[in-house]
Amino acid sequence: MSTLNIEHLSMRFDLPDGGHVQALQDVSLELNSGELLSVLGPSGCGKTTLLNIVAGFLAPTEGKIVLNGKTVHGPDAERGMVFQQGALFEWMSVRDNVSFGPRMKGQRRAEYAANVDHLLEVVGLRDFKEKSVYELSGGMQQRVALARCLANDPDVILMDEPLGALDALTREKMQGLVLKLWKETGKTIILITHSVEEALLLGERLLVMAPRPGRIHKEYQLPFADMGVGQDLREVKKHPEFNQKREEILSMIWDMEEEIMGRTEEAGA
Amino acid sequence: MIILVIYIAVFVLSFFIVRKGVKSLMHSRADFTSLKTVTFGDESAVRPDRWASVISVVTIFLLWGAFTGSKWVPIHAPGPFVGDSEFTYTVEAADGSRDDATVHARVFKVGEEVEPLEVEPGDGFAKNDSITVGAWRSTLIRVDSNDELTRKDGANVVAIDGQPIAPGGEVHVDAGRIAMTAKGSLNFAPPTGMQMEPIWLPPPEAVVARIGEISKTGYQNFTLWEHLYWSLFRVIVGFALGALVGIPLGYAMGLSDWFRGWFDPIVEFMRPVPPLALIPLVIIWAGIGESGKIILLFLAALWIMTISARAGVSGVAISKVHAAYSLGASKWQLMRHVIVPNSLPEIFTGARVAMGVCWGTVVAAELVAAEKGAGMMIMVASRFQLTDIVIMGIILIGIIGYGIDILMRKAEDWLVPWKGRV
Repeated sequence: MSTLNIEHLSMRFDLPDGGHVQALQDVSLELNSGELLSVLGPSGCGKTTLLNIVAGFLAPTEGKIVLNGKTVHGPDAERGMVFQQGALFEWMSVRDNVSFGPRMKGQRRAEYAANVDHLLEVVGLRDFKEKSVYELSGGMQQRVALARCLANDPDVILMDEPLGALDALTREKMQGLVLKLWKETGKTIILITHSVEEALLLGERLLVMAPRPGRIHKEYQLPFADMGVGQDLREVKKHPEFNQKREEILSMIWDMEEEIMGRTEEAGA
Repeated sequence: MIILVIYIAVFVLSFFIVRKGVKSLMHSRADFTSLKTVTFGDESAVRPDRWASVISVVTIFLLWGAFTGSKWVPIHAPGPFVGDSEFTYTVEAADGSRDDATVHARVFKVGEEVEPLEVEPGDGFAKNDSITVGAWRSTLIRVDSNDELTRKDGANVVAIDGQPIAPGGEVHVDAGRIAMTAKGSLNFAPPTGMQMEPIWLPPPEAVVARIGEISKTGYQNFTLWEHLYWSLFRVIVGFALGALVGIPLGYAMGLSDWFRGWFDPIVEFMRPVPPLALIPLVIIWAGIGESGKIILLFLAALWIMTISARAGVSGVAISKVHAAYSLGASKWQLMRHVIVPNSLPEIFTGARVAMGVCWGTVVAAELVAAEKGAGMMIMVASRFQLTDIVIMGIILIGIIGYGIDILMRKAEDWLVPWKGRV
């Protein structure tokens, strides 16, 4: 079983003016196989930095990431990534985008074709296989990105505000799709989001981070992701506990933002 | 000046005729743009009026024809005077006595056979003269050469058609302009009208006839197609070599610190140097043969292609690079599947610019020194004042340059259809 260990992670950026920013301070976390963790926090709390370190795009100044007993050095196919803006390859068709990972591994068409077709079916793009990605809408592009990530069969999927750029309706549909894919594939997922509602709906575990220095503020275990698999997400949102949690987390983040504002004002004065 | 006034008048008149007259009678389009009420300031609502384009081109040809006496154009500007005219000059002898004589001038079209008029010498000491002069030209008349009293005898011309004239002065009479030189000779220029002399600007049919003639018989030992072929050949070879070296160099500069540091000063220094400024050096180094031209065009294309390839690499969104690595791509695979295709739009933009610069540079280089080529053709023709060949060459150079750009754009649409749509 794949477990992801984030051990005493610290990240410090030196600034040109001699100062520094403590983006992360002593962040530790253990994630079991098949868990869906959503990460929330005000801007500047280091959640994207955390994800980039887990993906291997950044090396931490202290601490390490261990996946399945191996320390992470650099990006790898075992950790798939879904970006906010798709990051699709415009010069390839939808099918070639989805089959990119298998092709890079040197697989032949016969080996991956069935899986790619199946994934396109799952994300509802069966009829768009041969289309160019720039012909698709934003929501469809994001579904291609999900399928592309899954086609590579990674152990962990890292999602950096994957639904942030979508309109509210598409976003709701995509949330359902993410839950469905999570349940069907049993992947470990880390999802970064700005939306409290999305974090509650999708996260089995929810991490609220605090800024300056970036650190874990509070962790929740939530029942809503499991509820959402079986029923309409709108029903889940009507749940009294859902509303209560949402208010609690919103005011928590609100306080943090207030504190930042206050601190900046002091610094300014 | 008159041409400019006519041009502006046609511009304004056709605007009112087309916009207020013709268009209001026609069924107007009802697409989205035509329903916009705010159009002034909305660039996307400005679409070229094709009526204006057609009238613009037709106007240029009409003006060209009208002011060169073209047979293809029904209306003409007044041409130069051709035919017989005369003026009278008055000679005052040393003793103060005066006598008149008439100069019969026959103005002919240059290139045609002409016989001077037979005239009676007339009475008095001043005798009548007969001269011939080509249209648009002028001629010196030594009116006293057949007179009984000449300048040696102290007789001087003092008036033309009754208007007094002195050495260094000039008078305008019906027959044309008559000036007197410091020594007392007369210089006669018949009215030139408002048309251009063919040596300045030949009529359109002369240019078309030249195209026909030169494409059959050639010019300066090479056929027209050979001249154009050689110019194009130099451009294509020079551009291809420039791209072949420049694109990998640009990639290297976009991907490696060392390459970027090493070549940055060279590229940034060479880029603003106009290729034309290199012509003298290239001629010193490589002579005026093919290799010199190709080196020049290679240098013209090289920096443009290097910079566009470098910009193409820097333009790749970091998330695409991250995505490719997260999907298990190696460095080489990233290069092959992400960086190269992602840089193609930039490279095509650079290639279009480079082809345009190369085409301009090759013509300029051929103007300086060449045995064949479009630029050489017009340069040699201008030395012999064959203006029709010069104009023909300029038109063909323009058409080819435009054609190259259209072909590059088509290739762009075909090879990088995602350009501008991401």
